[in-house]
Amino acid sequence: MALLEIKNLHVAIDGKEILKGLDLAVNAGEVHAIMGPNGSGKSTLAYVLAGKADYEPTAGEARFDGKDLFAMEPDERAAAGLFLAFQYPLEIPGVATMTFLRTALNAQRKKRGEAELSTPEFLRKVREVAGKLGVNQEMLRRAVNVGFSGGEKKRNEVLQMALFEPRLAVLDETDSGLDIDALKIVADGVNRLRSPDRSTVVITHYQRLLNYIVPDVVHVLSRGRIVRTGGKELALELEARGYAEYQQAAVA
Amino acid sequence: MNGARLARSKRMNAMADVKVIRTAAETGLAHAYAQARDRLPGDDAIAAQRAAAFDLFAREGLPHRRVEEWKYTDLRVLMREAKPLAGPPDAAAKARAKSAGAILGDVECRRLVFVDGAFVPELSDTAALEPGLRVTSLAAALADADPTLVDKIGRLAPANDVAVALNTALMGDGAVIRIGAGATIERPLHLVFVAGDKPVATFMRSLVVAEEGARAMLVESHEGLAGNDYQVNAALELFVGDEAHVDYVKIIGEGAEALHISTLAAAIGGRARFNAFTFTTGGAVVRNQLFLRFDGEGTVAGIRGATLIKGRQHADTTLVASHIARGCQSRELFKAALDGEAHGVFQGRIIVRPGAQQTDAKMMTQALLLSERAEADNKPELEIFADDVQCGHGATAGALDPELKFYLIARGIPAAEAEALLIQAFLGEAVEGIEHAGLREALMEEVAAWLGARG
Repeated sequence: MALLEIKNLHVAIDGKEILKGLDLAVNAGEVHAIMGPNGSGKSTLAYVLAGKADYEPTAGEARFDGKDLFAMEPDERAAAGLFLAFQYPLEIPGVATMTFLRTALNAQRKKRGEAELSTPEFLRKVREVAGKLGVNQEMLRRAVNVGFSGGEKKRNEVLQMALFEPRLAVLDETDSGLDIDALKIVADGVNRLRSPDRSTVVITHYQRLLNYIVPDVVHVLSRGRIVRTGGKELALELEARGYAEYQQAAVA
Repeated sequence: MNGARLARSKRMNAMADVKVIRTAAETGLAHAYAQARDRLPGDDAIAAQRAAAFDLFAREGLPHRRVEEWKYTDLRVLMREAKPLAGPPDAAAKARAKSAGAILGDVECRRLVFVDGAFVPELSDTAALEPGLRVTSLAAALADADPTLVDKIGRLAPANDVAVALNTALMGDGAVIRIGAGATIERPLHLVFVAGDKPVATFMRSLVVAEEGARAMLVESHEGLAGNDYQVNAALELFVGDEAHVDYVKIIGEGAEALHISTLAAAIGGRARFNAFTFTTGGAVVRNQLFLRFDGEGTVAGIRGATLIKGRQHADTTLVASHIARGCQSRELFKAALDGEAHGVFQGRIIVRPGAQQTDAKMMTQALLLSERAEADNKPELEIFADDVQCGHGATAGALDPELKFYLIARGIPAAEAEALLIQAFLGEAVEGIEHAGLREALMEEVAAWLGARG
């Protein structure tokens, strides 16, 4: 059984249909890339999976680990092991990064019926994860993402992913605005988490990130539907030929 | 068009003329003064001050919405009756007052306790005063007519404010504190004002003089029982000498039905440091007034506050900061979290007098509306009469940012907890301005408790 199974998903925002019957199955242990032109519905897919308000599915279903994903609140989805790395991570003035990480991790653990981590246990874990990802302690002392560069914000997303150890990570354009060094760090963080029972969905416009996070399956999303699915070589083909033919195909 | 406007304004004048019809509260206050004037403490000079202040009230009546400074807090409407003046507190009220001021948590203070407006020596800590510190009650100082202590009473009270005038007319007790030149008082001084279980009115006047180079921290807290609709009018005149450093915190945690009016009137000398923080969570109707005057050059001041109200609470913070001397810096930051049908008001006016060149004053007020029925009125004003100054103000009002909230919830934090984190962060920016770490933490805990009770 697939870890994530989406069938005939329709999503409308403000009455405008963005996803128009999307099907997707991601097995445990797999890395899937979803590529597509701007406006094809990539970010909508990410948000509807995470449970953002105003991104209500109008038809279809999504099952996560066998459970009805849309019946769960966003925080329940996180506790169940779904993680969305935001395309634009938000700055939260006044909330210390450490407080945020600890509150989130313990909220997830509590919901799963696990013991909350004590302060020393938590600190040990954060330092270990931060060390592996090359995130400096100074960044952790600041308010969440406040004054962070674009690369630091993305690195903070990867840090959270590594800390929460989700079953399914959805990376929404994590490569946007990153230089090559930052890209490698982000990819390294994702690759570290690869394991037979974890899955990753990498949403991206460009093939570049997939040089570092090598996908098992590549999908092309156009006009709200998956229009083609292939192996990693499909990404290279898209890089060479662009999305034009898919946009036309969807129109026809 | 003009004719119509003229006709209406004539009618308004006609209405103003018939205002001699007193409200029940105005009649009650006049009665209270007539009854009490002969037994209120003080010599002839004080009695004359009381009489002049009462005359102002008799002329103006209670402030109402057509008085610009009271536009949002119409006392003629909000104050239905005048409660009788409080008598001496009974043993039960005193016993309850022992645990008052608990909001300060572990912060060890020198406590001066007032129950129903009267100083209670046996609950207060007046032993082993630090060198340079003098502490007494207003009633005692006035009874002794000790000019070294009471000569400054009334000097800072704004001449045209009716709430302060009522306080002057009816002041019964309060704290009188002098911190001698150069003295550093490590232990914070805590004026603990507690209301008993009777629906009474108290008029408390305090005077604090921090002489040149003195250093002290002053906390004033107000609390009472939830089911008692008592009335509090408290005023503090504060003199901060040259090169003195005074930190002041006022905590308005009155019972849910109380009417609370309090005023800080401060004159700050040169090269001084002054921080004020007002924290409002309690009371049905609260008017928190700050009148500050920067009299000496080169002073640095931080004037901040946080208001957390819900239900049908009404809290008005009105600030007038007058820069009279040159080269002072003031930062004003007031934040309010308004839930339910609460009504938060902030009126802030920065005045820069002609001589106050190189003033650097920045004021910001922000209201967070936690419910669709909450209301915020923000009125920032600058009056600048000097040409070489840096002044600015800003005001915002709005709901929590749904994007920020979603980011937290998507990380597994339940919605209520996510809101609490964001509200704490919002208010924390103001609370952080308190230099005393213990007090800062105590107030943040109070914020957390308020958010916890919100559910």
